[in-house]
Amino acid sequence: MAAVVTGNPVAGEERERRTAKEDNGPRRKRSTRVPPVVLAFVLVPLLAEAFWVFWPAVQGFYLSLTEWDGVSAPRFIGLGNFREMLHDDIFRTAVLDTVLWLLLFGGLSALLGLGAALLLQQERRGVGFYRAALFLPVVFSLVATALVWQAMYQPDGLINQALESVGLGSLTHAWLADQDTALYAVIVPALWRQIGYVMILYIAGLKGIDPVLYEASKVDGASRWQRFRHITLPQLRSVNAVVLSVIVIDSLRSFDVVWALTRGGPYHSSELLSTYMYSTAFQSLRLGYGSALAVVIFVLAFGVIASYLVRAFREAD
Amino acid sequence: MSATSGSATATRRKLATAGFHLGAGALSVLWLLPIALVLVTSVRSFDDIAANGLGGLPHSFTLDGFRQAWVDGGQQRALINSMLVTVPTVLATLALASMAAFALSRYELPLRRTLLLVMLGGNLLPPQILLIPVSRISETLGLYDTLYALIGVQIGFGVGFYVFVLYGFMRSIPVEIQQAAVIDGASPWQIYWRIVLPLTKPALAALSALSFTWIFNDLLWAITVLRTDSQMPITASLIGLQGQYVSMWNVIAAGSVIAAAPTVAVFLRFQRHFVAGLNLGAVK
Repeated sequence: MAAVVTGNPVAGEERERRTAKEDNGPRRKRSTRVPPVVLAFVLVPLLAEAFWVFWPAVQGFYLSLTEWDGVSAPRFIGLGNFREMLHDDIFRTAVLDTVLWLLLFGGLSALLGLGAALLLQQERRGVGFYRAALFLPVVFSLVATALVWQAMYQPDGLINQALESVGLGSLTHAWLADQDTALYAVIVPALWRQIGYVMILYIAGLKGIDPVLYEASKVDGASRWQRFRHITLPQLRSVNAVVLSVIVIDSLRSFDVVWALTRGGPYHSSELLSTYMYSTAFQSLRLGYGSALAVVIFVLAFGVIASYLVRAFREAD
Repeated sequence: MSATSGSATATRRKLATAGFHLGAGALSVLWLLPIALVLVTSVRSFDDIAANGLGGLPHSFTLDGFRQAWVDGGQQRALINSMLVTVPTVLATLALASMAAFALSRYELPLRRTLLLVMLGGNLLPPQILLIPVSRISETLGLYDTLYALIGVQIGFGVGFYVFVLYGFMRSIPVEIQQAAVIDGASPWQIYWRIVLPLTKPALAALSALSFTWIFNDLLWAITVLRTDSQMPITASLIGLQGQYVSMWNVIAAGSVIAAAPTVAVFLRFQRHFVAGLNLGAVK
């Protein structure tokens, strides 16, 4: 993070004020000194965040190098926790499930969100209702979402009944209790909730595209697909980057929906790194190993965090 | 000839419109179906569900599920807890974040972009790395299992993101407005309170709607710093309900309705702000 920030220490506003000649010279004195109360304005929130986020984060990294039951003092064991992960089958399952979650939940919510945005981008009669319908689940808590879908997945629930009524009775299933289907059954409600969110981001992106581009390409006889391929997609590049970051960060944080539906079961078949971390730390009370799992989550998220910050740094001008 | 091709175009346009409404309508129905199902289930009686199945047509109407969830299931207490956490947290976070954003965007503080990004970076950290230390810190402070711990960590974890969004917004307010006030002898506090904050209202409204749902819907922080059932906010209580009323789907559905109602109300009331908030946060 520090490397990112020191890359370009000249704030945009200062840059604007300097003439090219002064560029490497000393800063021009400004009439506005920074009053103490303004410093306090920054320091109080910063301290709140430092106390509840930065300080715990440092501790979290340290604890990942210890063995700790929460009662006696943490015992420093170096990289022992990480070595243990290599032989931990549940950890392997959790990593694979997290990757699968990232690809399926992330990929589908991006694709379907873009699809919904393309369908509902135009302002026309009734479109507000359709958008609201797709968007409504976004405001539900994931726990409520999960329970709604748990009812759908019951043996006598709507999904099995629908299958039976169309003659696919052989496909009926105890969806959440089956190791082969549990993870996928958990992804569906997560998608149901996420697609509306991604759609909103894409609609905003689509609205930002200059209509002149489309008109010009129409005159040139470009087909619908060509317009999508050569205008829409490239123009959406910055939205894509945002969606990608949101998806990766959301995927690695995903917890509520799995916890409410399966708690990672049956037999860890829907275990994500986040749920495994939580149960290791707070149910098995292996706080050191849990911290090490959290570090793995952090490492996986780091690239996204860094690139998000790099972009934010550029746009902060 | 031109008349016939004109009417052909009109027919095609009508067909396209019909196709659009058919497709979008079907999608909406598919999306709203689970919500309709839970609403229907919440007003069915337990016997009805047992006899006719969850997916069956309802044969009863009773608010008994709501009574059980509300009174026996402790959802009333849980909803109050959620409000006791959410409202102060939203207000405090936005107050703190707007102050920091004001200072960073309107004054030439040293290292201001570094500070801004460090604060944003804190919000981007996966919360898992913080869970164990945060629960330990709240224990040390004697705040463990109290709503204060939850409020504290929600403020600390959220503030960075709001600072970042508000910073972007405040940067767009012309400097001249402030300079005029400085010449008139206004203090920084007056500039913040009387000039910048009122101009920031749209962003504050958007962020309030957004943060209300985020904090209200949180589960992870709640079950990390709270232990007693009577302290739990609504999301955690809903999980408790699920364990307590196994397969009593009318109660669980009623509980879900109660838990979702406040955020849905906020969404329907502030839909425009809400959507604006998501875009503010993401695109900036």
